[in-house]
Amino acid sequence: MTTPGGGGAAAAAPPAQRAPLAGVRRLLGELYARPTSAIGTTLVALFVLLAVIGPWLAPYGPTEQILSDRSQPPGAAHWFGTDRLGRDVFSRVVTGARDIFLLAGGGTAVAVAIGTVAGLVTATLGGWWEEITFRLFDTLLAMPALLLALLLLGTLGPSRSSVLWVIAVAYTPIVARVVRSVVLSVKTREWVAAARMQGETLPWILTREILPSVLPALAVESALRFSYAIFLVASLGFLGVGVQPPNPDWGLMVAEARDYVYLTPWSLIFPAAAISLLVVSVNLAADGLGRALRTETR
Amino acid sequence: MSARTEKAAAATARSAPRTDRPGAGLDVRGLTVRYGDGPDAPAALRDVDLQVAPGETVGLVGESGSGKTTLALAVLRALPAAGHVDAGSVTLGGDDLLAMDPGGLRELWRRRIKLVPQNPLPSMNPAHTVGHQLAESLAPDRPGRADRTEIDAMLDAVGLADPERIRRSYPFELSGGQQQRVMIAMALLGKPELLVMDEPTTNLDVTTEAAILELVRELVRGSDTAVLYVSHSLGVVSQLCDRVEVLYAGELVECAPVDALYDAPRHPYTVGLLDSVPLLGRTKRDAPLRPIPGRIPDLADLPPGCVFAPRCPAAEEACRAERPALEPAGKDRLVACRRWREIADGDVSARQPAPDGAEEAAPSDGPALRAVGIEKRFETRRGLLDRLRGREAGAVKALRGVDLEVRTGRTLGLVGESGSGKSTLARAVIGLEPASDGTFELLGEPLTRRLERRDREVIRLLQMVFQSSDEALNPHRSVGATLRRPFMRLAGLDRDEADRRVARLLESVNLTAEYATRRPDELSGGEKQRVTVARAFASDPELILFDESVSGLDVSVQASLLNLLDELQRERHASYLFISHDLAVVAHLADDVAVLYLGQVMEAGPAETVLAPPYHPYTEALLAAVPRIDPHVAAARPPLEGEVPSPRDVPVGCPFATRCPRVLGAVCHDEPPPVTVSEDGRHRIRCHIPRDELVELQEPLVEEVAS
Repeated sequence: MTTPGGGGAAAAAPPAQRAPLAGVRRLLGELYARPTSAIGTTLVALFVLLAVIGPWLAPYGPTEQILSDRSQPPGAAHWFGTDRLGRDVFSRVVTGARDIFLLAGGGTAVAVAIGTVAGLVTATLGGWWEEITFRLFDTLLAMPALLLALLLLGTLGPSRSSVLWVIAVAYTPIVARVVRSVVLSVKTREWVAAARMQGETLPWILTREILPSVLPALAVESALRFSYAIFLVASLGFLGVGVQPPNPDWGLMVAEARDYVYLTPWSLIFPAAAISLLVVSVNLAADGLGRALRTETR
Repeated sequence: MSARTEKAAAATARSAPRTDRPGAGLDVRGLTVRYGDGPDAPAALRDVDLQVAPGETVGLVGESGSGKTTLALAVLRALPAAGHVDAGSVTLGGDDLLAMDPGGLRELWRRRIKLVPQNPLPSMNPAHTVGHQLAESLAPDRPGRADRTEIDAMLDAVGLADPERIRRSYPFELSGGQQQRVMIAMALLGKPELLVMDEPTTNLDVTTEAAILELVRELVRGSDTAVLYVSHSLGVVSQLCDRVEVLYAGELVECAPVDALYDAPRHPYTVGLLDSVPLLGRTKRDAPLRPIPGRIPDLADLPPGCVFAPRCPAAEEACRAERPALEPAGKDRLVACRRWREIADGDVSARQPAPDGAEEAAPSDGPALRAVGIEKRFETRRGLLDRLRGREAGAVKALRGVDLEVRTGRTLGLVGESGSGKSTLARAVIGLEPASDGTFELLGEPLTRRLERRDREVIRLLQMVFQSSDEALNPHRSVGATLRRPFMRLAGLDRDEADRRVARLLESVNLTAEYATRRPDELSGGEKQRVTVARAFASDPELILFDESVSGLDVSVQASLLNLLDELQRERHASYLFISHDLAVVAHLADDVAVLYLGQVMEAGPAETVLAPPYHPYTEALLAAVPRIDPHVAAARPPLEGEVPSPRDVPVGCPFATRCPRVLGAVCHDEPPPVTVSEDGRHRIRCHIPRDELVELQEPLVEEVAS
């Protein structure tokens, strides 16, 4: 009650024109205010960098076999060692980062795009469209994501684009549900009614009155979906229905190295560690993002 | 037992010597509370004293930001984590509350201090029955062995007729009024030494409020409980309290016995508060409100001298330089004003200047809005099981044939308790929830029911202002971005021209053009409501609906908003449909009044005829329930009993018959009452009692109490 709803604002100088970068800067400030989210954000940034420059960083080609150096332990020549076929594990892990980002990130992006539009429009309109859309989504949600993915990949055939679409199909309903829950609480707000009374059109109401309130929750959900998508890509690779050999997919690498875990443990440990580290950092960053956006909207 | 004897008895109790035990009751001395750490942290309370003797009721008044809630929380030892007591002492019955350890506090909260909060529901456990919770407060250690007869006696005492049923109910199954009665029962069961009531009637209907106040008065009288009553409502405080403390920006500015305070306020802030409240029987024509300009200072940036000086009409140089001391000003009175003697002698006026004279409004030329036979049904959903059982879909009729008329350039005030259908009617007019039946005419043209089917021109002519200014503005857009839209969308201006008009519009609602860059969370409640008023006026509409638009604001903010609405109406000749549960506000602003009960208009006509005899018995009950801002008068009749029946279950005859104190007999319960019209055709009453008999039945609504 004593928070100066009062004099403070009156006395303060008018806020300067909001620079577009000010919001980003404030967000980064919030992310770096806590050690956990700071570590997560930094690691995610490093992984992104790796995905971009990985192929140039790799001393060897990802499928290049150095037959003289098979099953070498980590050392000066091969930092992460080599696998049974003489391929440099470091080069494979570094090059593989790009695929993970393309597939998991791309699939998540498609899911967020379709899920947001579907959730926003149908939840705002209500009625039959909402019923039909969400019953359909519920059907998809009834199946575990991995099972759904196996089913779809069995039909589509394993390929990289199939993996992307599988992620999109598996996560669209989840994103749509999150969007819907926010829309349902926002659409009854009086400012939405006020916009209707000003004769605003539906597209305006959707994008300008309702969407901004959905964005914080959507950002956090997208980050979380991305971390699950990384797992899914890796799992599919591991099961052999996703990215196919000889591509340097992390999950696939773990699967290939599994049989020789006593002979060349390094060829299993490094890709597995990459998966875990990426997933953990994305989760930490998502957690920090949620906290930052909550403080901002308060 | 009539209200009259109650009040008289309370008055005699008041004059009796208060206490003899030393240290009994609540004693707060020199209390300073800061939020945050360090000596520079803002102090929400500075050097505040408060004494409440056993059996005494002390009112604590002030606007938001005055520190009254902080004081109540400090007394309860329930300050939020950031707040801490910096200096001063709080004792209850001689025991130092500030020094208590957790064990001592538990005992304190269990037995000695009880709180009745503003919202009862969050304070009750939804997983336990009311009976269980009552037993817990009676016997905290062994609720299972609590004396049930004592609980039933208490439930009976708080006016809950069917204790058995109430005990078995869960909190959410009770109405708001019943919940608050249960809270009071819980608080009083333990016979606490101190009862803190924090705006306990603010969210209730005026009729329920009157009943609860009557109840508190009766229960506290003759008991040893000290009552601290926190309220922003000067009316409630004047009716209930023995003494009043007025807080402003964390300081005690005036403290006096209730009669003295209301008869001759000494501090300019008290004067300003009293001048801001609309009084029944006065209208905007004969007594304009005198709001306090500006707003409460930021705690981090307090003025150097008297905290009230920047807003004070009597402030001089010395006031701004030097902080006034709290000094005795007559019997039992304290005031913190350098000039209180001059104010008391009438040498200096502490009143704010009245706004510019209300010149006569332009004549009204016919109706702006006509509603004929408006009905609104809400279909109840029929699930699969209901269908299989062949159950019919039910309908709740929220509006049952409403006829009314808003004259151009005039204000129609619409009053009624919650559940009467006021807001439903407004939403039907605006088209958000289209009416099920009946016709609306706007300036003689029939109005399409659905908002989305209306022409842009119709949308332009018809606007609405909501109650909650927090929800009515999109938090993600600046004030300018919000206000620009109606100009671009409805008036067809380009962006630059729209921005110029926004600046002018902001000035016309007494804000400055620089507000356009602010976001809603940077504004106070009153400023937000001004922005929503500005938005409604942007398209230059013919008719504006106000749905409780000034409720929930501080009195001085409310007063300046009411003055603004009146000014804008005269300037622009706009018509208002003004909905409020506060009869005094409606009486102040409205030219015509309609009284709604269970979706029917019970009485309608020019304000001076509706608010004067002959009254419909319902109007009469509403008017009697309004707390008068005068400790010398009290309601002359007991408050209305019972609650508005559910609209699912509307009585066959007169809807008001179940609660009507003037019910004639079977005819009222079995036959719908006729509408009788006055000779000039402007005043309608829906009642079985003939008009001339209603005239004869009238008695004064209030009466003097001996003090």
